[in-house]
Amino acid sequence: MQQTDTGQHLTPAAKRVAFSCIVAVAAMLGLSYASVPLYRIFCSLTGYGGATATAESAPDQVIDRLVTIRFDANVAQGLNWRFVPDQASQQLKIGEVGLAFYRARNLSDRPVTGTASFNVTPAKAGEYFTKIECFCFTEQSLAPGQEMDMPVQYFVDPAIADDINAGDIKTITLSYTFHQTPSKVSETSNSSQRN
Amino acid sequence: MNNVSDAHAEHAHHPTGWRRYLYSTNHKDIGNMYLIFAIIAGLIGGTMSMIIRTELATPGDDILGGNYHLFNTLVTGHGLIMVFFLIMPALIGGFGNWFVPLMIGAPDMAFPRMNNISFWLLPPALGLLIISMFVEGPPGSNGVGGGWTIYPPLSSVAGHPGPAVDFAILSLHLAGASSILGAINFITTIFNMRAPGMTMHKMPLFVWSILVTVFLLLLSLPVLAGAITMLLTDRNFGTTFFDASGGGDPVLFQHLFWFFGHPEVYVLILPAFGIISQVVSTFSRKPVFGYMAMAYAMVAIGGIGFVVWAHHMYTVGMNVDMKAYFLAATMVIAVPTGVKIFSWVATMWGGSIEFKTPMLWAIGFIFVFTVGGVTGVVLSNAGVDVALHDTYYVVAHFHYTMSLGALFGVFCGFYYWFGKMSGRVYSEFLGKLHFWLTFIGVNLIFFPQHFLGLAGMPRRYADYPDAFAGWNMVSSIGAYISFSGVIVFLIMLAHAFMRKERCADNPWGPSATTLEWTLSSPPPFHQFNTLPWIK
Repeated sequence: MQQTDTGQHLTPAAKRVAFSCIVAVAAMLGLSYASVPLYRIFCSLTGYGGATATAESAPDQVIDRLVTIRFDANVAQGLNWRFVPDQASQQLKIGEVGLAFYRARNLSDRPVTGTASFNVTPAKAGEYFTKIECFCFTEQSLAPGQEMDMPVQYFVDPAIADDINAGDIKTITLSYTFHQTPSKVSETSNSSQRN
Repeated sequence: MNNVSDAHAEHAHHPTGWRRYLYSTNHKDIGNMYLIFAIIAGLIGGTMSMIIRTELATPGDDILGGNYHLFNTLVTGHGLIMVFFLIMPALIGGFGNWFVPLMIGAPDMAFPRMNNISFWLLPPALGLLIISMFVEGPPGSNGVGGGWTIYPPLSSVAGHPGPAVDFAILSLHLAGASSILGAINFITTIFNMRAPGMTMHKMPLFVWSILVTVFLLLLSLPVLAGAITMLLTDRNFGTTFFDASGGGDPVLFQHLFWFFGHPEVYVLILPAFGIISQVVSTFSRKPVFGYMAMAYAMVAIGGIGFVVWAHHMYTVGMNVDMKAYFLAATMVIAVPTGVKIFSWVATMWGGSIEFKTPMLWAIGFIFVFTVGGVTGVVLSNAGVDVALHDTYYVVAHFHYTMSLGALFGVFCGFYYWFGKMSGRVYSEFLGKLHFWLTFIGVNLIFFPQHFLGLAGMPRRYADYPDAFAGWNMVSSIGAYISFSGVIVFLIMLAHAFMRKERCADNPWGPSATTLEWTLSSPPPFHQFNTLPWIK
């Protein structure tokens, strides 16, 4: 006990406690990184923040309740494209499959690849707004001056009728933003079905 | 036992001069360094707040001459400095280092060398933060203007292409590493180095408060480290954790930040709870009311503190069920907090109360913390918060809990233990003058901010409509009054070190029952070489 400041008095119990603390720190650090994919899964499962759902086929039920879908288009900074919806809005019944078109034109003088991120408002409609086919599922490449029609096939899930919090939804706005695909991260942007 | 320790201290081989501090492995020397560091950082952060209040005293461009980014930089610097370089070093590093070993009857901390590096990581961290104010942030301006929360995309390359944010991130990394190492040290010390007979349920409440605090640090700081590392790699190495164009989500940063940030605000206040418990008990001449409830209320506050983080983000688009959960969980925290407030009042009830300076700070703490707690319950309502989010109501709320609450805890502990730490005697008159100037000043600053917030004045702007002029002027006058309190504090320090009077081993009498009062003032360089037995 003469040299209290050299750490020689450490008992095995003290070492065990310190080691457990280090494990806890490492686990929490790991958890913060694990939260990235977990959060993505959570969002796509719950429609949190207006994340939309995807489906293979149309629902087998149509409800006699009209909903208006409005279409919005944006281009992120640094992408020299013109990107507009072909129609301002569509009205359809819940469960009915709709088909809408956007039009994109590459205004630059070189080929450019872009990826569209998307969400819907109100956010609580996200889990019910379902896409069967969408140009946003893949990267889109446009040659200089090329113009392309981009389809999105969608429906509003009839399950929305059972959600008491969604009873006031009469209009859903679908919004896309085209980003220039960063060359190195194309994999993550492809697999991402949200934002 | 003092004789043994004194004799040992005389021939102990420890470095002298500057080496005594740079190489220090002594918990009391390190505690002193933490306290001096906190005072210096507090003066820097306090000066920033004076500039902020001067700019806001009247509508229009005042001393900052319309440089709104500089205003935001000052707000950011003020927040980060007060949280990481004033309150945490003072309460945990300063008082924790000094009194956890003394109160549990241990000779020193479990890892004295790690204690040294914990402290010496802080000056470089503060240095990096100050450097960040002088390098480019947004194009053409210096410093980080994103607030202490540094949300992307404002803090990503889109908003701050310059290196200022990188410096701030590295500063937080160092400060975080310092606190994690300190946390491991405290946990090991408290679990393994208690004197014989000092069971967990006999530990003074201050030790309990530090124990809960360091557990919060241990579990929350790595998440902040992860989040800001992701931000750093987003900014510099092409990852897209928070960048929508690469499939990331900026809201994820808010979740990670507040998963750290909410426990962090309890890190700031829990040690103050511990100090208040010791002081109220000492100056009421009664043991603290409901010891077990007090200890486990802190454990409960810490535990619930980890599952309420999204109440800081009601406006990001959560669905109503999630809001309902976070609302309910947040309100639950008011229960253990109420247990603490009522137990302090019950401790004073029927006690023989002596209004010495530390007791004034303790009662002041109970008042301001109750005000801040009540507005916290108001803000926990998701519907109300949507209206009050990012207004001065929120500023008033968290300053009542932290700026006033935690800071009153710091000064309470400082006056309570000043004699023990320095061996000097402070002037009761100057101490009380300091208290009254601060108490009147801070209430004048922050109480009117409730009105400003309810009227809709938003945070983080250097200018405001003329309609808000009156209460802003009152608020700024309050700021100058409380800053005059800081000057009285410095005079009190100088006066105490110049006068000849020396502090007795136990100046507070028999109701100061914790072990540090059994030692000399100041305690010997090494204490408890013969471990005390607690009956």
